[in-house]
Amino acid sequence: MVATLTRIFGIHNLALAEDVVQEAFCRALEIWKFRGVPENPSAWLMATARNRALDVLRRERTARTFAPELTRQLESEWTLAPTVAEEFGPTAVRDDELRMMFSCCSPRLPEEAQVALILHILCGFSVDEIANAFVSSHAAIEKRITRSKKLLAASRKLFDVSGPDDFARRLPAVQRALYLLFNEGYHGASPESAIRSDLCRESMRLIAILLESALGATPSTCALAALMCFNAARLPARLDLSGNLISLADQDRSQFDRSLALQGQRILERAATGSEVSEFHVEAAIAWVHTSAQSSEQTDWATIVSLYDQLMAIRPSPVVALNRAIAIAQRDGPQRGLDEIRAIQDAERLARYPFYHAALGELELRSRRTDAARRHFTAAVGLARNPMERTFFEQRIGACR
Amino acid sequence: MSEFVFLYRGGETGRSPERYQQMMQKWMAWFKELGEKGHVKDIGQPLERDGKLVQGTAKKVTDGPFAEAKDVIGGYSLIVAKDLSEAAELSKGCPIFEVDGQVEVRPVMKMNM
Repeated sequence: MVATLTRIFGIHNLALAEDVVQEAFCRALEIWKFRGVPENPSAWLMATARNRALDVLRRERTARTFAPELTRQLESEWTLAPTVAEEFGPTAVRDDELRMMFSCCSPRLPEEAQVALILHILCGFSVDEIANAFVSSHAAIEKRITRSKKLLAASRKLFDVSGPDDFARRLPAVQRALYLLFNEGYHGASPESAIRSDLCRESMRLIAILLESALGATPSTCALAALMCFNAARLPARLDLSGNLISLADQDRSQFDRSLALQGQRILERAATGSEVSEFHVEAAIAWVHTSAQSSEQTDWATIVSLYDQLMAIRPSPVVALNRAIAIAQRDGPQRGLDEIRAIQDAERLARYPFYHAALGELELRSRRTDAARRHFTAAVGLARNPMERTFFEQRIGACR
Repeated sequence: MSEFVFLYRGGETGRSPERYQQMMQKWMAWFKELGEKGHVKDIGQPLERDGKLVQGTAKKVTDGPFAEAKDVIGGYSLIVAKDLSEAAELSKGCPIFEVDGQVEVRPVMKMNM
């Protein structure tokens, strides 16, 4: 709704748009207290927001300017209400969200700010909820969001999603923001839960909007969407009943969401058109091998290794190198894995990553070097980002006996 | 059994949507409980903050009431209870107390035959 109202009020009135949504929300809840929640609460909220928008437009007509593209329509009482009604129609709403998504991914904002802004404006997350998801303080996130909103409000207008050149230029940033958002939900460091499925859901909701637009449905967007489907399909198996992490080898694959996996497959087919092989294509392929394997032992690790080779050629990073080394250990044995880990470039960047130490511990354990293994797992415990990770690593220490 | 009016005053929930939603759910649960125990004649309505004040013999109309936030009546309910004590006791379940609000409990005048 903020996206739609910003489209009507203009990007410079972003704060006003947020206030109207807030008021609509509070009013609706006051009434629902007494009358009960209606069958279609979001339709109700939209209607309330739309009416409040009309009030604001009429009341503030002389005091403010609104969206420059809509000035003439908003000035006349004949066209005011129909213009607003049209902006609240389903196609326009999706376009507005697309526009807002692209506007949030301004190159003048760092990546974390882009993601925080998307969560705040498009997904309605509060500062506390975002701080929680990104293991940051309330103050830091608040500052980041305030600054980003100011920057956004100062731009002359919302991003034009119909201009093909600009769109293509900014698309990678949007993809990356959604990728980071999904990753935070899948691998996150939040203190409350090792998995934040709401973040995964939101990123999937937003990429669906991207896929619906002609300019957005590129092979790389399809590959990213497929990657999200495959990983989301595996989410139900990642945690046990107490919310603790289960290692890949021990996961009950019957818990995988088969229909999501199927959906991913269909989208991946669309990604196979054209000659572009993006990092998302390769990651989706890796995720597909995992999702379709019956068990860890039966996984085609050789294919996974060659896919990681490809990924290292496209987007090298210490974490990708680590995952590649782990796959090599699966294919060739723990000693080869350890050699590969020790050969990682820029390994210092992994020093604070708990799963780096856990991987070393795991491979030392398989090589029957329990003392070394215990040392590595202990290091991992010290770097654990939440109680679930801590429990997981402590259990591995227990296995070193 | 007699009828009583609950007038809900004050109680600022603040701006957080999660908090608002929590409070709404608490109110609905409380209303439900009162209803199930047969105490609700009319669950009532929430009221807008702004209104008009019409006063005195001159029937002067002004915008208002501009009372302090804690005194503004936000809504009302019509309740059935044995007596004023029971009605007051029943009001204690209202979530408005969590946010420092108050409930004014007033008996509806009965016709004494």
